[in-house]
Amino acid sequence: MSFRDRLKETRAKASDGFRGGKLMSSIFRPGSPFRKGYVDSPRNRSYVVMNNVLYHLHPVKVKRHGVRLSYTLCLGGLSFFLFIVLTITGIWLMFYFRPTELAYVDIQNLQTTIAFGSLVRNMHRWGAHLMVLVVFLHMSRVFYHGAYKAPREFNWVIGVILLLLTLLLSFTGYLLPWDQLAIWAVTVGGNMAGYVPVVGAQVKFGLFAGLEATTATLLRFYVLHVLFFPFIIVIFMAVHFWRVRKDGGISGPL
Amino acid sequence: MVDIPEHLLQRSAEARAKALGISIEQAMAEMKGQSDPTVISKEPEVKVIDETPTPTAETPAPPPETSAPAPAAETITPIKEEHAAETTEKVAAVKIDEKPAAAKPPPPAKADAPDEVDFAPEVKVTQRLLTVVKAKPIQKPVKEPIDKVNTWPHLMLPEFVALMAMTAFLIFLSAILQAPLLEEANPNVTPNPAKAPWYFLGLQEMLSYWDPQIAGVMIPTVVGLILWMAFPYIDRNPETHPSKRKFAIMFYTFFLAGAGTLTIIGVLFRGPGWNWVYPWIDGIWFDDLLDWIHFE
Repeated sequence: MSFRDRLKETRAKASDGFRGGKLMSSIFRPGSPFRKGYVDSPRNRSYVVMNNVLYHLHPVKVKRHGVRLSYTLCLGGLSFFLFIVLTITGIWLMFYFRPTELAYVDIQNLQTTIAFGSLVRNMHRWGAHLMVLVVFLHMSRVFYHGAYKAPREFNWVIGVILLLLTLLLSFTGYLLPWDQLAIWAVTVGGNMAGYVPVVGAQVKFGLFAGLEATTATLLRFYVLHVLFFPFIIVIFMAVHFWRVRKDGGISGPL
Repeated sequence: MVDIPEHLLQRSAEARAKALGISIEQAMAEMKGQSDPTVISKEPEVKVIDETPTPTAETPAPPPETSAPAPAAETITPIKEEHAAETTEKVAAVKIDEKPAAAKPPPPAKADAPDEVDFAPEVKVTQRLLTVVKAKPIQKPVKEPIDKVNTWPHLMLPEFVALMAMTAFLIFLSAILQAPLLEEANPNVTPNPAKAPWYFLGLQEMLSYWDPQIAGVMIPTVVGLILWMAFPYIDRNPETHPSKRKFAIMFYTFFLAGAGTLTIIGVLFRGPGWNWVYPWIDGIWFDDLLDWIHFE
């Protein structure tokens, strides 16, 4: 036996010992590809999903036509993924940002002195625009496939609420850099709320925390952006995904 | 004639053999009509609970005390037709009390058998009736099974690839395009034009045509939100194929085209004072795009 073969054997043995050990068995449930002795069998293919936290998101089996990339273009999944990317980059940005008069300076510092600051800020901003776009495309895909029809009517309603929440999240985030672009875009948007019949002035006052966009507005939008709307949207997303499963998975072929 | 399954015949023959004290082969042969029915000398245990006298005058000749005169296979059809065999049997059972033992083969059942014969339901009937039930599943599959594949790996691998591609695209985009950062916010200096985020620019464009009450509030709330949410409840057409829901497809496509046009106009073709500009002549008046497009 050559040295290479012996090395290979030793490595295989060590790997089996580790993957079959107590630690890995405690982390990965039976059927996981990371455990010792995984073989590609129909039973294990089921276990990979069923014995996994992924079971909350995916069923064990899906309709064959639904896995064709051209059917959904993965738009719903990408919307969710972009939300996760935005959450991660957003939390990272929160370390360097104060929603006060210092907000603009913080963004400048982020772009100039903090490692990867510019990249992460760009990812957060373009990702947010991309998410609005992808959510909208997802809605269009659902419409053109007639996927909002019975029994999925209510999930469409939740989807429209999710689109609205996505727009609100993006809009509240728009103010946070505290530059001329931010404050005037929000002023234009907030003034529209002032035209609401009867309670327009009150809505506008509540939105701006005053008569116009100030640092009080900044704090308000910040809290809405990092806490309130994410909290709400996660609840609606949970219901949305749950209903996708309960309404029979992906809609039928055309 | 219905074919009686072999195992039922066998069971019947066993019971018959036990009742008559003959061999199973013999019973089977009798049932198949290959040999004469066995006549038992002993009086069968038949008791009449009903004490009313049985009519005698017009009854046909008393049959012998055989229990099952006809072969089993043949009893079924007469039962179905006119209960003839049953009639014969019951008459036989009743008559046995009065006139036992006349070793004759049973007369064929007559259609004009007397009505007043008491069939005496309490009488222990010694023959067996077989009911042949055709084998059928008790559950019928209602719909065709759906063609499915395992989520792992057929869905999760493409999904993973899509996520990785999206991540790569986003990082690439962020590396080459700088997010805008203008001067610090100053409420005293209004930029001209002041534009909303791009997804609201279609609305802002409409604001330049109509009253803000209509363009800024009524259209987004009533059309954009309420009609949109209620759409599945308005469109009750169950068809999903585009050729069978042309109106819905047309409706959405018009909406898409309209919203797209308004947004593009708002983003690219509106300059200072919300006047019409050409981006290739007057430049880009939308700060998010400053780093995207360059016209020299």
